[in-house]
Amino acid sequence: MRKRYLVMALIVLSSISVFIGVKNITPLDLFQLSDDQAQTLLVSRLPRLVSLIIAGISMSILGMIMQQLTRNKFVSPTTAGTMDSARLGVLVSLMLFTSATPLQKMLVAFVFALAGTFIFMKILDKVKYKDTIFIPLVGLMFGSIVGSITTFFAYKHDLIQNISSWLQGNFSMVVKGRYELLYISIPLVIIAYLYANRFTIAGMGEEFSVNLGLKYKQVVNIGLIIIALVSSVVILTVGVIPFLGLVIPNIVAIYQGDNLKRNLPHTALLGAVFVLGCDILGRLIIYPYEIPIGLTVGVIGSGIFLYLLMRRIAYAS
Amino acid sequence: MVEVRNVSKQYGNKKVVEQVSLNIRKGKITSFIGPNGAGKSTLLSMISRLITKDSGEIYIDGAEIGKCKSNDLAKKISILKQSNHINIRLTVKDLVCFGRFPYSQGRLTKEDWRHVDEAIAYMDLQEMQDSYLDQLSGGQKQRAFIAMVMAQDTEYILLDEPLNNLDMKHSVQIMKVLKRLARELGKTVIIVLHDINFASCYSDYIVALKDGKIIREGRTEEIIDSQVLREIYDMDIQVETIGSNRIGIYFT
Repeated sequence: MRKRYLVMALIVLSSISVFIGVKNITPLDLFQLSDDQAQTLLVSRLPRLVSLIIAGISMSILGMIMQQLTRNKFVSPTTAGTMDSARLGVLVSLMLFTSATPLQKMLVAFVFALAGTFIFMKILDKVKYKDTIFIPLVGLMFGSIVGSITTFFAYKHDLIQNISSWLQGNFSMVVKGRYELLYISIPLVIIAYLYANRFTIAGMGEEFSVNLGLKYKQVVNIGLIIIALVSSVVILTVGVIPFLGLVIPNIVAIYQGDNLKRNLPHTALLGAVFVLGCDILGRLIIYPYEIPIGLTVGVIGSGIFLYLLMRRIAYAS
Repeated sequence: MVEVRNVSKQYGNKKVVEQVSLNIRKGKITSFIGPNGAGKSTLLSMISRLITKDSGEIYIDGAEIGKCKSNDLAKKISILKQSNHINIRLTVKDLVCFGRFPYSQGRLTKEDWRHVDEAIAYMDLQEMQDSYLDQLSGGQKQRAFIAMVMAQDTEYILLDEPLNNLDMKHSVQIMKVLKRLARELGKTVIIVLHDINFASCYSDYIVALKDGKIIREGRTEEIIDSQVLREIYDMDIQVETIGSNRIGIYFT
């Protein structure tokens, strides 16, 4: 039922997204495109739309998987050090091979993101005091430490400007030839869907999983690999989109619980709609200029995040 | 049958379970009793392969559990631990469906649904099958978890202190259900219990552990006896026969 509204919103926002921009293209023009307009559509507008949708879907799903695996509603790639580690990886790849191809960068970023997420999970195992708010704080601290290492080396090697472009999500750089890496997340999202039940069971703990004959460690590792891969792909193509992996899954969970398999379609749709909406907003506020999506999502997302936090506290007491 | 042969488990220098050997009969209810730290839960966890044993062998229907595939074992033996406060918002039906995971890996067949519906009906949960677990009371939640274990349809059902945090009414309800599972469906039930009187009223056999060793085992009436209980708990417990049950009085 609600899914239908989400699909409609997605279609409407997608069409709006295609027709906003400095170059004026109206829906009527579609029937008689000038070369110039066709060029704009194919090189800029459509790739932007596709990347918005893919990034929105995959980042929200990542968040949901992470929240299941850590059994904590406030853990996401941005609050667990995954994104910061991926960024450190990008920096390392820039330092090691000056002319790294996007794929090489992605692989290095992936290795770092995976290592970072692993370390976070290990810290989680050691932490005795598993408070809902405490865990993401640990993640944020861990992320900040990794982030400061990145800044330090970036400063030393004069790469600050370069690296900060990966700090803030921005879809205005997305043009044909620069976003195709994002397609890697599509098969990963499909795998996530196929593994959804396993992730839910793993989220109920190791003993619970073993009782049902599930290979707990293997499932967690597959989850972490998906998380690290998608994070590094997204960070390289559009940059960090804060709060997305946090806010979307939480909203969906409030309405329909924690059954991952049932939630994934909603999470994916809502994620895409949210990112599209924020992007359109960012493009309209100071038209014809643009506000990077990292900012719009950051402002709106942090507002929702605060609300969820308050709600949780009220709920707990 | 479950056969435990010379099983030991050690944490650091502390021997939690030491050279334990035990046979558990099919189709009966066997209770593990004993003071805190006696190794009851550890033994139960080892039988259900949740934790590895340091030495010894455990056979379930003749097969050593270390050599079995985890997924095959999941169709033979199920365990419910005391840590039921999983804070996850699932509906009762979803939870019970997960009990079919070893058979269907998440894609439920007609056969699986039959088991799920049966388990829900058996545990009298139809009315709340679409409620979320966090909306249920302690007793209802415990019943939902037992329904999941029922859907798992294993010959052996192990429960670690299933009465924890339950009031008297719900405790009795759970124990009655376990008794029905053994009598009507021929399940082998192994329970860790704290209250000797629940053990006395509902089990066929009792295994008493102390300091990691089995100090007594036998039919319920052999164990629920002043002399024997003193040996187990180091306290005087007067045993009276009320109706057909032997009740230990240990409150004063």
